[in-house]
Amino acid sequence: MSTGTPLTESAGVAAPAGNLAILQEPGSLAAFWRRLAARRSALIGLAIVVALVATAALADLVAPYDPTATDWGAVRAAPSLAHPFGGDEVGRDVLSRIIYGARASLGAGLVSVGLAVALGLPIGLVAGYAGGWIDAAIMRLTDALLAIPFLILAIALAAFLGPSLTNAMLAIGLSATSTFVRLTRAQVRAVAAEEFVEAARSVGNPPWRIALVHILPNIVPAILVQATLTIAAAIIAEASLSFLGLGQQPPEPSWGAMLNVAKNFMDQAPWMAIWPGLSIFLAVLAFNLLGDGLRDALDPRQRT
Amino acid sequence: MLRFLAHRLALAVPTLVLASMIIFALQQLLPGDVATALTGEERDPEVIAFIREKYHLDQPLPVRYAYWAGGVLQGDLGVSVRLQKPVAELVLEKLPVTLELACLAMLVALAIGVPMGILSAVRRGTWLDAAANGVALWGLSVPNFWLGILLILLFSVHLGWLPASGYVPPGEGLIDNLKAMAMPAFVLGNAIAAVMMRHTRAAMLGVLGSDYVRTARAKGVSPLRLVLRHALPNAAIPIITLGALEFGQLLSGAVLTEQVFSVPGFGKLMVDAVFNRDFATVQGVVICTAATYIALNLAADVLSAVVNPKLRRA
Amino acid sequence: MSRPLLDVRDLRVTFDTEGGAVHAVNGVSYTLNEGETLGVVGESGSGKSVHVLAMLGLIPRPPGRIDGGQVLFRGRDLLALPERALRRVRGGEIGFVFQDPMSSLNPGMTVAAQIAEPLRIHLGLDRRAARARARELLDLVRIPNAAARLDQYPHEFSGGQRQRVMIAIGLACRPKLLIADEATTALDVTVQAEIIALVQELKRELGMAIIWITHDLGVVAGISDTVQVMYAGRILERGPVDDIFRDPRNAYTLGLLRSLPDLSGGRAGRRRLQQIDGSPPDMRRPPPGDPFAPRNAYATARCWAEMPPLVQAEGAAPGHLVAAWYDLPARLAEERAR
Repeated sequence: MSTGTPLTESAGVAAPAGNLAILQEPGSLAAFWRRLAARRSALIGLAIVVALVATAALADLVAPYDPTATDWGAVRAAPSLAHPFGGDEVGRDVLSRIIYGARASLGAGLVSVGLAVALGLPIGLVAGYAGGWIDAAIMRLTDALLAIPFLILAIALAAFLGPSLTNAMLAIGLSATSTFVRLTRAQVRAVAAEEFVEAARSVGNPPWRIALVHILPNIVPAILVQATLTIAAAIIAEASLSFLGLGQQPPEPSWGAMLNVAKNFMDQAPWMAIWPGLSIFLAVLAFNLLGDGLRDALDPRQRT
Repeated sequence: MLRFLAHRLALAVPTLVLASMIIFALQQLLPGDVATALTGEERDPEVIAFIREKYHLDQPLPVRYAYWAGGVLQGDLGVSVRLQKPVAELVLEKLPVTLELACLAMLVALAIGVPMGILSAVRRGTWLDAAANGVALWGLSVPNFWLGILLILLFSVHLGWLPASGYVPPGEGLIDNLKAMAMPAFVLGNAIAAVMMRHTRAAMLGVLGSDYVRTARAKGVSPLRLVLRHALPNAAIPIITLGALEFGQLLSGAVLTEQVFSVPGFGKLMVDAVFNRDFATVQGVVICTAATYIALNLAADVLSAVVNPKLRRA
Repeated sequence: MSRPLLDVRDLRVTFDTEGGAVHAVNGVSYTLNEGETLGVVGESGSGKSVHVLAMLGLIPRPPGRIDGGQVLFRGRDLLALPERALRRVRGGEIGFVFQDPMSSLNPGMTVAAQIAEPLRIHLGLDRRAARARARELLDLVRIPNAAARLDQYPHEFSGGQRQRVMIAIGLACRPKLLIADEATTALDVTVQAEIIALVQELKRELGMAIIWITHDLGVVAGISDTVQVMYAGRILERGPVDDIFRDPRNAYTLGLLRSLPDLSGGRAGRRRLQQIDGSPPDMRRPPPGDPFAPRNAYATARCWAEMPPLVQAEGAAPGHLVAAWYDLPARLAEERAR
């Protein structure tokens, strides 16, 4: 790292750890929160995430209208007091659909990434810890999966599974799995080489115990960062699939599906396109901010 | 250099084979009878029989894969039931369009991302750096199909400067071709620009903090020469390698961009095929995408070997 | 007496980190004459490297900043020079040789291009002349078959040869002052001896002044006229090399000397090697008094409270300066008497 160069010159007389070492205790949870809290952008991201989750959870209370109820008086109606975000092509309230759409977007983000972690973590743990031909086989498989670009794999999976929100989540989750396998494996191998794991092994701990008790807790932070950033990607992917008609099916609301319809009414009802797009942007931005903040807080050395 | 190439090639081949197996196995996900599903809306028993015969559907999966892979190796990607055309022909027809879009988008991404990354690394910690990072965050977070819609709203609907959709082959007028491609290329390049900016910034920061850059500064080298002669060539290797990986993202993004702007490329072919339940075409497009992606990675490895003298002589 | 080549006055350097400001250099003052060789000794974080880097504007800013002081080089204050003028000094009048020649040479440039660079910048040589001169310089630093090696890359050279290339770069424009920052640390002992011999030879030929920065007091003994011991961003002792070795006045210098294996086989040779216990102070909160006091068995109450000034040591050779409230020779005599 550039900034450290003049201060961390090589071996001194008594070779002390150097004054900067105190700033880099990565294991301390309190220090981690302090560093996270010191990053305003991460806090903004966290605040937006919390607000979005609350909106999705409390949609029934917050939304002014039934998101699927049509009102002929509000067809492509411009934003007004009655309909702050306007009305859509069949007179549904855009605001209510945005609010309920948060469920599809956040749900897809969380469920698909949850699936990817649930699959990827154990597989990666096995690959990294077992080594040998098991590891080689798993790695070749993830290589092959990663050779198919994420969204294209998700579209293909969704196409073969059939269009529905559940299948879209499944497709996105499966497409994201190999990333977590790779990450877990790399982390496991790095941690397994550490001395405390060697020590645990030498006192006769069985492999599963070493993997779960000694290795797993140490790789959680890296997985957490990747999961947060992948949620951002998954939200875009869900919106993309829904935009293409492969995700949430009408009349149920989803931001991506709303945009798909909106593009046909751009000149008459631009608000139909602006709000759902802005919502996707905000949600993705929030998870990206949070993920970047988590990464920086976890590894101050990489921070520049 | 040759040994290095052979090694890389030896790794790429099994990856491609495995990827093709996965893609082939996708049809097992189809609900119900595969032959009926493959024919889509066609219910003609004759067509179904033809499909059953064509794909050897009476045989077990590994045998069917062998037939299919054998065909793929000979350039036979199957037949599009819907369009009544060989898939390979369709792919070859659409490929140049997507390739043009992808190259233009990469150009946009490099033209925006690399200078921005260099500037923010050189001026680290200043408002310029913060602004560049903000732009990158925007680029990473804005869904490109939405950006496309907004641009159409502005440049086509309101200003009327650019066509909202369609494609003009370069042979029929380069200016019209570029006018039609301008918005799609920008939209597609936007997200990649953000990624390239981050890669460039990280690579440049690493190099700018290196001992040999300090040596160069101690020689009295000017800041411009420091960046262009000492830092950038050494930062180029990670930028090239990571940039090549972004081609996958580019192909993913092309699917949506082509959909928004009705550009008749690869991605549009795939999406149309999905809706027509034209699964042979979907498989064909995906396997071509995977092959392209693997080839690009190989090319990136070779390119970085050319740039790096240490690898070159090894 | 003539004006000194280099006159450092109360130099202060700070690094801003997330954990607070690290005071790396805390008021360093000294002079260096033309042709003099100064050995600067200290452990990591003593400020010995940072202070020379700061003189030439080579510390990264931010997080580094220069809080005060003057560095007069041939009468001009380097700290007040605009960047453009400072660039003319760097690599021209002042040459640099860095630690770890593996990472300090650009892996993507030929050796010829790297040696030619300062020649083209400072002397305005054209490509061909610079190349010819680069060849001469490789000869000068005793790299055999120089002509054939000009177009090779650093990874094709051995560690010792790379350090020779670094020296060639440092000497390219015949500097008045050569600064060597841990120039032999990364090398094994025999190569280290070769490099030191080479530098001494080149000094006789070219007559430049040298600042030799190292953590190894043994290296300093062989090469310097003057020794300067630094700790926690301050000079604790400074003087003629013989006098410092024979009659150290600061407990830290004594500790360094005692941790040195004595190869002469004299009386001290039978003594056990000693290590200095403890670690340097946290430079984000420098102690009010003598920074070495917490590790110093001879420290007095005053040492903890107040920083001693750097003054002429009583009864020592002229120019032998020390910062200590205690009288080390007296205390050592007491110890021996007991």
